[in-house]
Amino acid sequence: MSAETAAQPLVRVDGLSKWFDLGKNLFGFGHGDIVRAVDGVSLDILRGEILGLVGESGSGKSTVGKTILRLNQPTAGSIVFDGTDLAPLARRQLRPFRRRMQLIFQDPFSSLNPRMTVGRIVSTPMMIHAPDSSSDERRQRVDELLRLVGLSPRHAERYPHEFSGGQRQRIGIARALVMDPEFLVADEPVSALDVSIQAQVVNLLLEVRRKLGLTMLFISHDLAVVGCIADRIAVMYLGKIVELAPTRSLFLSPRHPYTEALFSAEPIPDPAIRRDRILLKGEIPSPVNPPSGCVFRTRCPYALPDCARIVPELEVVGPGHAKACIRDDLELRPSQHA
Amino acid sequence: MQASRAAAHETVLDVQDLSVTFRTPVGPIEVPSGVSFTVRQGETLALVGESGSGKSVTSLAIMRLTAKAPYAVVRGRVRLRDASGFRDLLLLTDEQMRRVRGNEISMIFQEPMTSLNPVHRIGDQIAEAIRFHRDVTPAAAQDRALELLELVGISEPRKRLASYPHHLSGGMRQRVMIAIALACDPKVLIADEPTTALDVTVQAQILALLKELQARTGMAIIFITHNLGVVAEVADRVMVMYAGKIVEQADVGPLFARPMMPYTAGLLRSVPRVAILGERGAALQTIGGNVPDPLTLPPGCAFHPRCLHHQPGRCDAALPPLEQVGDDRAVRCLRWREIGSAAA
Repeated sequence: MSAETAAQPLVRVDGLSKWFDLGKNLFGFGHGDIVRAVDGVSLDILRGEILGLVGESGSGKSTVGKTILRLNQPTAGSIVFDGTDLAPLARRQLRPFRRRMQLIFQDPFSSLNPRMTVGRIVSTPMMIHAPDSSSDERRQRVDELLRLVGLSPRHAERYPHEFSGGQRQRIGIARALVMDPEFLVADEPVSALDVSIQAQVVNLLLEVRRKLGLTMLFISHDLAVVGCIADRIAVMYLGKIVELAPTRSLFLSPRHPYTEALFSAEPIPDPAIRRDRILLKGEIPSPVNPPSGCVFRTRCPYALPDCARIVPELEVVGPGHAKACIRDDLELRPSQHA
Repeated sequence: MQASRAAAHETVLDVQDLSVTFRTPVGPIEVPSGVSFTVRQGETLALVGESGSGKSVTSLAIMRLTAKAPYAVVRGRVRLRDASGFRDLLLLTDEQMRRVRGNEISMIFQEPMTSLNPVHRIGDQIAEAIRFHRDVTPAAAQDRALELLELVGISEPRKRLASYPHHLSGGMRQRVMIAIALACDPKVLIADEPTTALDVTVQAQILALLKELQARTGMAIIFITHNLGVVAEVADRVMVMYAGKIVEQADVGPLFARPMMPYTAGLLRSVPRVAILGERGAALQTIGGNVPDPLTLPPGCAFHPRCLHHQPGRCDAALPPLEQVGDDRAVRCLRWREIGSAAA
């Protein structure tokens, strides 16, 4: 990939919101609450890069992934994929884009049809997107992909239950790659795997990125895993991006108090380290009633009275580094990995 | 430091040669298989392993919560100290065991969502545990429940007594589970992946709470986890399990500093560490292969097909013994002397 195309964003998300209307129940009761799962998210994903998206449960990170792939209808905002805004497109208009963007799921146990052979699972996208392909072509492509993900062509005749979790995740990756997509969303792809297997799958994703020049959105709650794979990282809290930075810059000099708290909470596999931890109070508030002003202020150790009033915008604080926090006077601690 | 202080304390739980054999349609599976360890007052023993290693079944067998014979046959000894000496829990009647469970030895689970009864108030669920083991009035039990909610750091505890589980967040529910487990001041608390379902900021809160409660009550904790970061955080001693067997046992410091069993070393290497200053996108170290199927365990050392140091004709010939190495350390590997620090 040449230098000038590498700098172009493949995906450009601007002001993206996804609200879910809880509505009223069968008997007309309920408050008609609205969950603001994603609230005004803007980010670029450059060609060939892996952008990490980190946050705790309820932060809206998975909804961002699904909405970019237009598996959800966005409430507001635009999703420009290679020059075309996907947000207003209808189902039929989206079809040509579907083969160019794929999803890898968290759970390798429930995301593969137990009654299909692996060969059938991996070739299904071809039957949909390339209906003219011959069965020979399909078999050849399946063999090629199984080899690419570290399985053997003879595995094509077997069923998912004959495979371990790590191997099933490889099958899911092969399926995602079969149509030669440009863009992958990997939603917690290693969270359900054993530690010794996680590293294998992370390595595989790095390898396919290198071989195929893929662009990837890697969603995870695990900062250490994201730090190992992502070029840049966006940190989400309660539907908003609170910090966005190149990986190195984020780990060495976080600029948002929530990022600092995440770093501090992470258990470090070294009993010799002295732990001096910032313990956040409470838990992530409900996205039905997000706090006024800065959404993190209710748990923030540095909150000021102004934080309840001012909604902080993402502002640039360094090369490629942006934060949404009104305090510029903070000396925040780096990651314990640093 | 914590370990040496704990060494002065007495053993509260002594597990010898514990095995559980499950009857399955495809043949018997023995996991765990011949597991022995002791836990001392005030210390935390971490049980580490991947799925299928037998760490959870070990804890269920101690609590006598596995299926009944002939579906699961538990053998060995599980001796718990009480005022008059040791009692083997495996020899107790079901009724006697009910008096021990939740009283002298308690357990908390991974899933705080499903461990609480959804149709009973929090206060009543805690009070029930107290009144089952102690002869107290309902009012006294409610008072104790309030005290326990305060102890585990729940805000507005009086109001929370009347709440139902669905009113609480995941972290709050795990605090309630801890309150129930501690209602009768157990000598031993078994925590089976208690923070795995929680967010990292909430995990940090719960780990801090468990440590504080242990310092206050002197209870022993058996902490089951697959997360080596959490182990480094909470454990005094560590027991690593693989395919139903203990493969390494050591104090936490030496284990992390110098693992002797190649599997332990591989696990430590696989933990994602961010190479901030190194080259981005460099491959992580891994252990090759997959966790073995308990039905078709490899012969000899069960880890040998994945082991970088395995020697054909030796490692696949006979199961290595769990060899005592120094005072408080044991390793199951034929080659630990030759490998030396190469394992790390």
